[in-house]
Amino acid sequence: MTAPQTSPAARRRPPPDGMVERRGRAYWLTHLGLIIGVAFIFFPIWLAFVASTVSQPEIVRPPMPLLPGDQFFANYREALFSGINAPVALMLLNSGIMAIGIAVGKIVISLLSAFAIVYFNFPLRRLFFWLIFLTLMLPVEVRIVPTYEVAANFGMLNSYSGLIFPLIASATATFLFRQFFMTVPDELAEAARVDGAKPMRFFWDILLPMSRTNIAALFVILFIYGWNQYLWPLLITTDPSMNTIVMGIKQMFPSGDDTANWPVIMATSILAMIPPVIVVISMQRLFIRGLVDSEK
Amino acid sequence: MATLTLENVKKTFGKTEVIHGVDIDVADGEFIVIVGPSGCGKSTLLRMVAGLESVSEGEVRINGARVNEKEPMERDIAMVFQNYALYPHMSVFDNMAYGLKIAKTPKPEIAERVAQAAKMLQLEPYLQRRPRELSGGQRQRVAMGRAIVRKPAVFLFDEPLSNLDAKLRVQMRLEIKQLQRELGVTALYVTHDQVEAMTLADRMIVMNGGRADQIGAPLEVYANPATDFVAGFIGSPPTNFLEASSLGIADGQQSRIGIRPEHMILTARGAGRLDGHVLYTEALGAETLVHVRSSAGDTLTIRQDGAAPTPPEGTDISVAWDETQQMFFDAEGRRS
Ligand SMILES: Nc1ncnc2c1ncn2[C@@H]1O[C@H](COP(=O)(O)OP(=O)(O)OP(=O)(O)O)[C@@H](O)[C@H]1O
Ligand SMILES: [Mg+2]
Repeated sequence: MTAPQTSPAARRRPPPDGMVERRGRAYWLTHLGLIIGVAFIFFPIWLAFVASTVSQPEIVRPPMPLLPGDQFFANYREALFSGINAPVALMLLNSGIMAIGIAVGKIVISLLSAFAIVYFNFPLRRLFFWLIFLTLMLPVEVRIVPTYEVAANFGMLNSYSGLIFPLIASATATFLFRQFFMTVPDELAEAARVDGAKPMRFFWDILLPMSRTNIAALFVILFIYGWNQYLWPLLITTDPSMNTIVMGIKQMFPSGDDTANWPVIMATSILAMIPPVIVVISMQRLFIRGLVDSEK
Repeated sequence: MATLTLENVKKTFGKTEVIHGVDIDVADGEFIVIVGPSGCGKSTLLRMVAGLESVSEGEVRINGARVNEKEPMERDIAMVFQNYALYPHMSVFDNMAYGLKIAKTPKPEIAERVAQAAKMLQLEPYLQRRPRELSGGQRQRVAMGRAIVRKPAVFLFDEPLSNLDAKLRVQMRLEIKQLQRELGVTALYVTHDQVEAMTLADRMIVMNGGRADQIGAPLEVYANPATDFVAGFIGSPPTNFLEASSLGIADGQQSRIGIRPEHMILTARGAGRLDGHVLYTEALGAETLVHVRSSAGDTLTIRQDGAAPTPPEGTDISVAWDETQQMFFDAEGRRS
């Protein structure tokens, strides 16, 4: 009998020696460079974290504290449950719903439209493809006024549907799925047809599972895109209970002469970073696989 | 268990006609091989039978019933593709079971049929693997298993062995033949390899530019080719062609003569019908191919026994043959 299947770990060979000599001084220099780079990026985040664990007077009095204080629980409790305009827990929930709604919506819509464009021969197919493609040139910021008008007329102000639907159409994702579907051999669709699969069955049973790494990669990208939306939520939500976290942070800055509650604002910032990080880390393996290799 | 009939089947893509009308009656359990050079329309013909390509004109009948308008699935056929077309994310078992699942076959029956097919194809140890974890030959077997479990009326193969190495190809060829006999199912098999065609076929269709030049049993086609194309295509090395006029036997009807390499023998200069010299020789062990350039400039291949003495290159010789072995072709290439 032939050799049994090798485990994925065994199949993954160690990388070949790089172009750079990896021993001696160069080795340490490389790491030193990397450490400095990481420290450089991490330092502001560290400062934000420190600021979120001390009390208000400690922040405003120079020098700035560099080590965490003892107000961690107090500050985070205040941020999460009362906040400044709205409790951060609620804003996190709003952001989560919006980001997931946008990511899932974009993926569903673009999967379906790519499927239609690649596998069906309908009149004006090319025209539709180019219409979708053209919208790449029209990001939210460009069409924000008419989009607002439409959303307002539909009564979607201060609602999740208002936050999500106008952002769902995605030329990029459609284009990506189209490219992927075109690499799927025609024979596969024909084999499914001979097996008696109707088009939607083929989509569900074969195309969708084959796209799962692409879907995961896109989900990560789109989730972060949705999470970081600022201008649109700012425009469409006036009720503090519908605020999303990214715009909420800005709303926390006092107007006029009030003093800013920096510890709570910083706690909010740190909290706002956590969900994207969780999404990236938990989907990291699928994400990287989706970006680098395609299923054979 | 089915008969298959093609009646004046034609295919046009846009304005170009690529199949110019093919007729054949396939008996129940018969193994038909469609053979021809690349681009002659073999796959197109097969795909019309499968229902993957619409029939432009004529009629395809399975068991006497017209199927032109039916979906592949309703035609009771199964197809094996050249690149296997296995579903990459499904296990071998699921690949084979997919068609049955769609047909809503009860689970125990699916399991039983797949097990049976897997046993027949020696795939039992691999049922839980993904296609990419299999060798080419094993993938090929899975593709056949997927066809078998459906118990179709007609089996369709489109160059199923062309991605395998030479040795495996010979082995799988035998297995396919055996399987088809065992199942007693009607089969239509496309290949461009004339050896495959000769060994597998009960009858073969030799296609040439969208036409069926000849339909017949392999040996019959070999011994009695209907056109010069068939004579040149079937048999390796190919038939030698000579202008009838150069031999002085032209009578208007017969423009070319074909003689198989094994029907020619080398003789001493002047003793044969045609003088020439040896270009080069290929000793293949059991047989030797002697390539000769005649004085008129034609290149001929002569096949002789491996044990027979081989003249060195450049030797002046003569070529002889029995008159009864001459095949005459008219100006259009048809037998006359
Ligand atoms: N979809 C199509 N549109 C236009 N022409 C086509 C199409 N499919 C096939 N053809 C043409 O029809 C002819 C026959 O093609 P077909 O694929 O049947 O050849 P084949 O005999 O299977 O060749 P091969 O041995 O290379 O597979 C070719 O000349 C090809 O260019
Ligand atoms: Mg072909």
